[in-house]
Amino acid sequence: MVEKSGIVQLKNIDVTFHNEGKTIEAVKDVSINVQKGDVFGVIGYSGAGKSTLVRVINLLQKPTAGEVIVNNQKLTELSAKDLRKARKNIGMIFQHFNLMRSLTVFGNVEFPLRDSKLTKQERKDKVDKLLNLVGLTDRANNYPSQLSGGQKQRVAIARALASDPEILISDEATSALDPKTTTEILSLLGRLNKELGITIVIITHEMDAIKQICNRVAVMEEGKLIEEGDLLTIFANPKKKLTKDFVNTSTQISNVLDEVKESGIIDTISGHLVELNFMGDVTNEPIIIELYKRFNIEANILFSNIERLQGTTVGIMLFDLEGEQNKIDKAIQYLTDLKVNVKEIDLTESEGK
Amino acid sequence: MTHFLNTYLPNVVANWEGDNGFVVAIQQTLYMTFVSAIFAGVIGIILGILLVITTDDGITPHKAFYTTLDKLVNLFRSIPFIILLAVIGPFTKLIVGQTIGPTGALVPLVIGTAPFFARQVQLALVEVDKGVIEAAEAMGLSPIQIIFRVYLKEGLPELIRSGTLTTISLIGLTAMAGAVGGGGLGNMAISVGYQRFQNDVTIVSMLLILVLVFVIQGLGDFAVRKLEH
Repeated sequence: MVEKSGIVQLKNIDVTFHNEGKTIEAVKDVSINVQKGDVFGVIGYSGAGKSTLVRVINLLQKPTAGEVIVNNQKLTELSAKDLRKARKNIGMIFQHFNLMRSLTVFGNVEFPLRDSKLTKQERKDKVDKLLNLVGLTDRANNYPSQLSGGQKQRVAIARALASDPEILISDEATSALDPKTTTEILSLLGRLNKELGITIVIITHEMDAIKQICNRVAVMEEGKLIEEGDLLTIFANPKKKLTKDFVNTSTQISNVLDEVKESGIIDTISGHLVELNFMGDVTNEPIIIELYKRFNIEANILFSNIERLQGTTVGIMLFDLEGEQNKIDKAIQYLTDLKVNVKEIDLTESEGK
Repeated sequence: MTHFLNTYLPNVVANWEGDNGFVVAIQQTLYMTFVSAIFAGVIGIILGILLVITTDDGITPHKAFYTTLDKLVNLFRSIPFIILLAVIGPFTKLIVGQTIGPTGALVPLVIGTAPFFARQVQLALVEVDKGVIEAAEAMGLSPIQIIFRVYLKEGLPELIRSGTLTTISLIGLTAMAGAVGGGGLGNMAISVGYQRFQNDVTIVSMLLILVLVFVIQGLGDFAVRKLEH
């Protein structure tokens, strides 16, 4: 499938560091193509190279090899001056906010506007508008040291938006925040994506963050892009082990399996433990009743997690099926026909994931 | 009051006015301190900034330049001031036309202070949050804009702290320069107070220098408190 060229294209990016005689390949041959309006998530553990990769987009990190094309402009070929101009079109927010301590909230948001052609009044109006957008109007005259982490990140977002960028890069922007604040910041980003049409690239190590706002996901491991696709596909049908791990930590099913194994419930279980993955309409079917009516099978729910991603329902369930073996086989066939992904789980396996 | 002064500080009263009196000495000390502080300040800030931006993870890394400047700063900092005064005599004459008097002391004072201050500036600016510098780069600021809008702005409280410290050590150097012909309160304390056994002159010279130090420290602290948030 040939994708149409996106607003951010990284082609065969390599980033190699030389440090005290040692060579570290932080990013190896990674290509991504972010379409306009996407919320593109890059997930991976720390050290996977995602932070380095995302810094390549605005050339804060120069790639050792590869091409960076943003808005049909080859950034890697621009002069220093043109690159600075291009960077104004790419806003960036950071894990540690990176606000100026010596400036007020207002001053921080106004900072990128200093060289703009706006009059003083226009600048003030613009800053006021941005502060209103992030909900910090009443904090305009405070200094960053007087704000909470979430508020600081809102200021940073307002600052990043000041030059009207088409692209916003979020470098672990929620990693230093508590879960509630994280959700608030993410929903703010999601709102900006919808209302302003701004393309967002976020990197994170939290699947929950990806789930909340991304429509596309790329998974990185040891400098390589190991899996990429739209959120639903990645979530409902992860292929690589690391991707499965991320999905599992998010749905918590791995915890449940561990618990089932440890708690001794295992002895009371008939032995037919199945994991069901499904998305969309299936969730409207009364599966449990159908299983009993059609096959005389009792389905005991050990775990269930159903959520809505991008407006589609995605579910994961853990059933203990009790009944005759041939009926169980038929039941599994029935579920598969309903487009439910059924996986039999052998609890005696050492690795339940 | 007059009686008290005449009784306990007779030589101070006798040496208060006139060409070699306290009033002139105070003026000379202030002149040497502030003129050399301005020159050393400007040179030190420029050198300090160059050190910060050309270092390996600076905004415009340049290894050869950094190494050279770094070594030079260390070299000049290592020369004892009293020897520097003598060694650069000819250079001083070339620049200000004389080697004695407060003006003759300016050149060695600037050369003795600027490298010290450059190092202080470097330390102050290196403390500026790297993330903020990165954010400024991401916003498309040029290196010059980053220096003026980020480094000097964010590092200002720390720069004032270093400036205060440097000015105070500079006052110490003016006293030394004074003793070898620069004039000022140092000269007063040594050539009048010490060498003529007029202890009250020495003590009052010292007290006046201390007052100057406290005033500068106070102003510096005040400015830092105003600036820090």
